[in-house]
Amino acid sequence: MQTKRTVFHSRVLPYFLLAPQLIITLIFFVWPAAQAIWQSFLRQDPFGLKATFVWFANYTRLLDDPDYLNALGATFVFSVGVTVLSMGLSLLFAVCVNRVLRSGRFYTTLLVWPYAVAPAAAGLLWWFMFNPSVGIIPYLLSFLGYEWNHRLHTGDAMVLIIIAAAWKQISYNFLFFVAGLQSVPQSLTEAAAIDGAGPFKRFWTVVFPLLSPTTFFLAVINITYAMFDTFGIVDATTSGGPSQSTNILVYKVYADGFIGLNLGPSAAQSVILMLIVVVLTVVQFRWIERKVQY
Amino acid sequence: MVENRPFLNFLTHLVLILGVLTVVFPVYLAFIASTHGPTDFMSGIVPLLPGDQFSANYGYLLGTGESTAGAPPFLLMLGNSLAMAIMIAVGKIAISIISAFAIVYFRFPLRVPAFWLIFMTLMLPVEVRILPTYKVVADLGMLNSYSGLVIPVIASATATFLFRQFFLTVPEEMMEAARVDGAGPMKFFRDILLPLSRTNIAALFIIMFIYGWNQYLWPMLITTEPQYYTVVMGIKRLASVLDGDNQWNLVMAGVILAGLPPVLVIIFMQRLFVKGLVETEK
Amino acid sequence: MASIDVEGVGKVYSGGVRAVTDIKLNIADGEFIVLVGPSGCGKSTLLRMVAGLETISEGEVKIGSRVVNNVEPADRDIAMVFQNYALYPHMTVYNNLAYGLKNRGTPKAEIDARVAEAARMLEITQYLERKPRALSGGQRQRVAMGRAIVRKPAAFLFDEPLSNLDAKLRVSMRGEIKRLQRRLGTTSIYVTHDQLEAMTLADRLVVLNGGQIEQIGAPLEVYHAPASTFVASFIGSPAMNLVKGELHGDKLAIGPAMVALNGFAPTSGAVTVGVRAEDLRIARDDEEALPFRLEYTEELGAQRLIHGTVGDQQITAAVSPEIALSPDMRIAVDAKRLHFFSIDTGKRLPGHVPAEAKLAPVEPVI
Repeated sequence: MQTKRTVFHSRVLPYFLLAPQLIITLIFFVWPAAQAIWQSFLRQDPFGLKATFVWFANYTRLLDDPDYLNALGATFVFSVGVTVLSMGLSLLFAVCVNRVLRSGRFYTTLLVWPYAVAPAAAGLLWWFMFNPSVGIIPYLLSFLGYEWNHRLHTGDAMVLIIIAAAWKQISYNFLFFVAGLQSVPQSLTEAAAIDGAGPFKRFWTVVFPLLSPTTFFLAVINITYAMFDTFGIVDATTSGGPSQSTNILVYKVYADGFIGLNLGPSAAQSVILMLIVVVLTVVQFRWIERKVQY
Repeated sequence: MVENRPFLNFLTHLVLILGVLTVVFPVYLAFIASTHGPTDFMSGIVPLLPGDQFSANYGYLLGTGESTAGAPPFLLMLGNSLAMAIMIAVGKIAISIISAFAIVYFRFPLRVPAFWLIFMTLMLPVEVRILPTYKVVADLGMLNSYSGLVIPVIASATATFLFRQFFLTVPEEMMEAARVDGAGPMKFFRDILLPLSRTNIAALFIIMFIYGWNQYLWPMLITTEPQYYTVVMGIKRLASVLDGDNQWNLVMAGVILAGLPPVLVIIFMQRLFVKGLVETEK
Repeated sequence: MASIDVEGVGKVYSGGVRAVTDIKLNIADGEFIVLVGPSGCGKSTLLRMVAGLETISEGEVKIGSRVVNNVEPADRDIAMVFQNYALYPHMTVYNNLAYGLKNRGTPKAEIDARVAEAARMLEITQYLERKPRALSGGQRQRVAMGRAIVRKPAAFLFDEPLSNLDAKLRVSMRGEIKRLQRRLGTTSIYVTHDQLEAMTLADRLVVLNGGQIEQIGAPLEVYHAPASTFVASFIGSPAMNLVKGELHGDKLAIGPAMVALNGFAPTSGAVTVGVRAEDLRIARDDEEALPFRLEYTEELGAQRLIHGTVGDQQITAAVSPEIALSPDMRIAVDAKRLHFFSIDTGKRLPGHVPAEAKLAPVEPVI
């Protein structure tokens, strides 16, 4: 790994410089993670007095648990929903902003700030929009004959958290798509125009293929976001309900561990989540490597 | 490029205006709601124009709060959030920049393992190791304290990578010239590297401030005393109690108060924010 | 002021790659030494070992009478000018110049005086409050020089300081550097890959190749008596013609042609023969000469370069533009203008050394 060709010589200084970061990492990251892995192989007796080593029993039980499988399914639907909705809208806005160079900055300012809104606050904003008694959207939907109620209807609840999560993520995707679009060489679109391609054809045959690294990168980031950074949205709106329809993995691990106090199974859930993050991180870094190559 | 397609231009602006409206509307509605009294919702439909209870609602929340709902005065919670966000941002930047300095400007036996250890934090978000981390913090007696709110989250692989990336782009000769000029490592760090990193530090500060301000699960777990509550977790408590009372005006006022500071930061420092966001993901 | 002695210095990188081998070089106080060679020849590594920016794997470096192998760069009493100038971008020109003095605890009044003096010498006084990015390339170069001058070091080390400038500025800064060095009398080591820069600046040239010294000598000595085919082809433009030849007694055979050597043959058998383009001339009809087939010409104004072949070997000659060319011309050379190199080692064979190689450099009358 790279350093400067000349370096400072000191035996102790670099360790002092690294110490704060490493100590915090070890105490609050690595040690708890190791604990989670260890506990995922144990089962506590009902009184919490002694723990037995049960190998993978917690995992097998988890994978037989319909509630857990349901959470996996909900997480999948949620992640895909958020990623597709948010990226689709962002790409549309980014392409538009890229066309209107002069007013682009103005639109950008109006589109980027939701990034700063806390997930819990974003959840509450949409929870209010969709509030079955006073919300404006159920009011409008009632004219179409649809009785919106995310407290009772599982589908409504999922749609609610997908919209809230996607809304918050639009700004992030938008900024990266704009950056990606601006790095497409002008000469390429000009060449395509001389070759007789109209704006739409140019976009789909020249620009969009060149955006594919950005698109792929954002897909990974959005899935990671939907799986791990949306705890606040779920907790502030549906709390996993109704009937566990929005009980995504990250919410379930909290609910089972903190509220249900099932140490072993909760630890097993933690470990599975860790593995998912590891996979997503590796995929993301492979992307960076690829980017470096061309 | 010369291209004049009036219809396409019109469509472009139409899409953008609709997009902006979609993005802004929930906040507009929340603000409108926060200016009304609770009775204005009885009709079963939210008003679309501002009411006259703006100062009453916000004044009540800021000064009194809903102590029964577990929401102390918002002024206190806003103060806590501000303190927490600044401490997290400053802490992350401080420990990351010195780590990156060690990794780039020194060669020592445990350099690569140290780098990988820092890298691992990327793979361990608090949400996945929540119980054991809580236990460590509890064992260390850090529940209900600023140190408990801040220290466990200030390790940062992202910030360390960003500074490492940046340091690698600083010309080699900069450090060599400084050495010939008689500067030791810490003097070089303070006189040359830190000033050169100003923009990066500012950009990262914005990203990390927002991250810190928006902390939710962690403060919720480790604070049980209202004096340490932060505003983002406060609005959730407010919402769960006041929902039953139909006091959405107060809930939405709370949401506006909790969201405003980081949003203002982004709007006023958009250039730095974009730089920070795009560069931390490289 | 100090002499610098490099005693058997070598550099091996941690991966086992050898960059520099057994360099011996004694630099007198006040001397201007230029290290020249192609990229990767080890010249920068050698300079950086003298500066203390690279560790020394073998041998010793002495500045004055002190061995500095384990002395920090700051304590070696040297100043360095970098190729990209390495000016601190966030500091004003004044602070760039003053930084090294401040770090050494020089009193404020003296810093002011020294900075003012250096700035006057380099004509950058009006830029002292500017940041480097508000300066042109040439001005930045002067600031980098100033940073070295204010320190009044025992030695200046220059690492290709002119290669970021455009051609015209390079020539004028070259003169400036020489003028300053003469005026200050500070021992200097200057690294460049540009042989013209090396020739014009150096008291003595050190030609490096593959991490080893090929030749040390005054510019004219290196030019007129190159120690090897490498030096012969590296120093001088156009490069010295190098052709295969065979010595038969007092005759030299180049392809089918024969040249009489008039007693200058150093050995017999196969040799590499070198001859400068300007030492070739178009032969009179009555003299012994080499048949030359012209391929193309290059006009330099004062001279015309004619490129062609003798037998199957490429030859370039510099002739007066006034001489008419014909397709069946022949070229001639004085035997004492020929250089002979071993065909195996490329080293110069002992023998005749042209008188010009011993010309003393002209010191200016000040």
